[in-house]
Amino acid sequence: MTKSNDAASAITTNGLISQLKRWLSGRVSPRVMGTSRVALVLLALILLMVIAPILSLVVIAFGDAGDVWPHLLSTVLPRSVMTTIWLMLGVGSLTALIGVSTAWLVTMCRFPGRALFQWALLMPLAIPTYIVAYAAVDMFDYSGPAQSLIRWLFGFQSARDYWFPEVRSLPGSILVMSFVLYPYVFLTTRATFLMQSACALDVSRTLGAGPVRLFFAVALPLARPAIVVGVTLAMMECLNDIGAVEFFGVKTLTFSVYDTWLNRASLAGAAQISTVMLLVVLLLLWLERRGRREQRFTTTTRRYQSLPSFRLGGWRAGLAVMACALPILIGFLLPASILMRSVFFHWRDNLNADFLAAMGNSLFLASFAAVLTALLGTALAYFARTQKSALVSAVTRLSSIGYAVPGTVLAVGILIPVAQLDNLIAASMRDWFGLATGLILISSGAAMLYAYCVRFMAMSYGAGETGLQRISPNLEAASRTLGRSSWRTLVEIDLPLIRPSLISGALLVFVDVMKELPATILLRPFNFDTLATLVYGQASLEAFEKGALAALTIVAVGLVPVILLSRTSSRSMQG
Amino acid sequence: MKKSFRATVCVAALMVSSASVSFAADEVNIYSYRQPFLIEPLLEAFTKETGILTNLIFANKGLETRIKAEGEYSPADLLLSTDVGRLQAAAQQGIAQPVVSDTLKANIPAHFRDGDNQWFGLTSRARVVYASKERVEQDSITYEELSDPKWQGRICTRSGQHDYTIGLIASMIVHHGAEETKTWLEGVKANLARRPTGNDRAQVKAVYAGECDIALGNTYYMGKMQTNDKEPEQKQWAESVRILFPNSDGRGTHVNISGMLLTKHAPNRESAVKLMEFLSSEEAQQIYAEGNFEYPVKEGVQPSELVMSWGSFTPDSVELSKIADARKEASELVDIVDFDAGAN
Repeated sequence: MTKSNDAASAITTNGLISQLKRWLSGRVSPRVMGTSRVALVLLALILLMVIAPILSLVVIAFGDAGDVWPHLLSTVLPRSVMTTIWLMLGVGSLTALIGVSTAWLVTMCRFPGRALFQWALLMPLAIPTYIVAYAAVDMFDYSGPAQSLIRWLFGFQSARDYWFPEVRSLPGSILVMSFVLYPYVFLTTRATFLMQSACALDVSRTLGAGPVRLFFAVALPLARPAIVVGVTLAMMECLNDIGAVEFFGVKTLTFSVYDTWLNRASLAGAAQISTVMLLVVLLLLWLERRGRREQRFTTTTRRYQSLPSFRLGGWRAGLAVMACALPILIGFLLPASILMRSVFFHWRDNLNADFLAAMGNSLFLASFAAVLTALLGTALAYFARTQKSALVSAVTRLSSIGYAVPGTVLAVGILIPVAQLDNLIAASMRDWFGLATGLILISSGAAMLYAYCVRFMAMSYGAGETGLQRISPNLEAASRTLGRSSWRTLVEIDLPLIRPSLISGALLVFVDVMKELPATILLRPFNFDTLATLVYGQASLEAFEKGALAALTIVAVGLVPVILLSRTSSRSMQG
Repeated sequence: MKKSFRATVCVAALMVSSASVSFAADEVNIYSYRQPFLIEPLLEAFTKETGILTNLIFANKGLETRIKAEGEYSPADLLLSTDVGRLQAAAQQGIAQPVVSDTLKANIPAHFRDGDNQWFGLTSRARVVYASKERVEQDSITYEELSDPKWQGRICTRSGQHDYTIGLIASMIVHHGAEETKTWLEGVKANLARRPTGNDRAQVKAVYAGECDIALGNTYYMGKMQTNDKEPEQKQWAESVRILFPNSDGRGTHVNISGMLLTKHAPNRESAVKLMEFLSSEEAQQIYAEGNFEYPVKEGVQPSELVMSWGSFTPDSVELSKIADARKEASELVDIVDFDAGAN
């Protein structure tokens, strides 16, 4: 560990600067520089790339916002802050409830259908929130099957004869979003339950803990970091969602950002609200970190024994089946069946050349972005781990911030620096070579890829980090003591160990790029469609049925990683 | 890192070829808020007539910001947009350039275009009342009377912050001043049957469902519902209401436009102006207006038969640019009275 300890002590604020200075003046011996120089440069480059859009947002925020603030403060903001808090609390607790309970049931209990539920519970992950929102309204509004049944049963004539909860409301959106977002919690929590040392659980059982006690006293506290990660992802997703909240008429902060940008024509004002939101998110992330710091668990062995399990029978089994089936029904089966119905009746409008081209584009963008983001994210996580400095890890954490920014806001933050760079390139090409290249970054689609990387870095970084966290530093230390370089330790020890996390991170990025809409729309080249923009184009015409096949394909493609994901995590149980 | 860079370059090259970007002189690049299906027939007709090719990007927000950010080298020639407020705001952001064209002047009436020739209207639509055939007796209505307590619990509308609603409220400000409009808006809010959500069509559906008796909506939604073979249920919604043109006997019904502007750094200026002129021609006006059940702006061009079957009306003749100017105030009023919270 000597070399990385050197690096670690060097990288405090002053250390960083002096090291940079020494490096720039070439006064550092090549031996010492070896890994740390490459590491530093890479780290700095990736970080700069990932943080640039956020910086540009902050720069925009310093612009003249006009006179929007007094009005915003006295009217819109207090309401939207409250709405947002309620939405996040609601979605946070509901996803935690659904995610943790289902994860525990399928991991630790034996009941009919358990094997199926193990992967089926991930399926809602494949469905974009705006599609579920659409499906929920279709199902539960006046002319939907639910209310029609009530009218038929009781002989009501019109909406005035009875009361029915309004789907397009805050509670409605909490329910709908929770049923799509809980897999984040399920996924992270289940992985932890699976990897929890069977010994710990065995010991507590030997000491006489029943299933309930075992869950609350041992498993849950052990899984807390994973739960927090999952819930944070879900909350961030609902914080920056615009599709579903717009559809439901729920005025969150994100909604205000759009409003300020588009209706009050104040990009600066919008950027200011976004920046404040960002600060709140940073605070959340920091609190989460602090909470987790006291709880770092690693396992010392890779031998996982089969976990103890509880056999459920009778009404308990029935309850377990219901608890697992309900989220799948609402979060997946319902919206998917509505899509399938549309495809069935309108397949001619759906299956055409546009669809095929869009599918090609989507698959290509998603796989490329997934690989790229996985590489960068893991690199970041690894560097943050090796450079044991608070500053480095804090700065590295910042790279995840793209996920917490509303998609379109981030897209604007990307658009502006990229367009400036693009103009610079175009001007130089013209002046030096007499070439009219135009805006090459934007017209080539590179800007879109960049946006995906920034937006979904949190997934691959988070995955890499959780994976690395579970590796005991002893292992690395042993590897280094036995003469492996830090590079060989990474390749031969760390990477194979974190492979499941790595793959799951990349898969999450893949699925999310397939669904991604706002950045794609704002940054896409001419005559270019992805499946998501196709769905969106038809939905904006209220001809949703014509985009159903594209939507269903997004869902189906999203399912493939979901299935792989569940296989990866089951395999990691056997070790 | 090196590898991924190389790969990026490869991908970039691939995508350039697939995205078919080109800057030849015989092309026009369009950024559009209007759906492709609507303008593609027009663009095809244009290409047929002139041999000039067109490229399209469609989005529902942010195109002005993109044009502005792309700056000098932006490939965009033309921005197609809806709502006079957005057109005017775009012009104020400095992304447009004036077009002096006798053809445009002759084809587009003065109140449908900008005084400084920065933007031009192409089609118009009226903001009307969809009244239940069963539960509403009266044959005429005014916007002003929507705040009358006789409508309590009977009105449905989409969000107050939507462009269309803001346009209507802005026109009230132009006619009556902000103070009176605020009182009016509070009255309308008190009459709402439910919290404003959903689009215009959803409001008509609510009338059909019996949740409310009148709904505010743009005219073309009637056409969209009447001709909807994919979801025939919508024909029943349309069947349950009739269109009342508010204030048609008096100051006129509020209308808004869809329109276009030439970008400041348009690389294909000449061809783009040709396209603009083409879009204002009789042939294009007919196709454009019919495609979305709107009203052509060029005088003498008839709307489609279906549109005419809804009856004729007197449009509000106030200059649209004035309405655009009152838009910000309208949007603030919506927040001040907390319109979107609904009654209670």
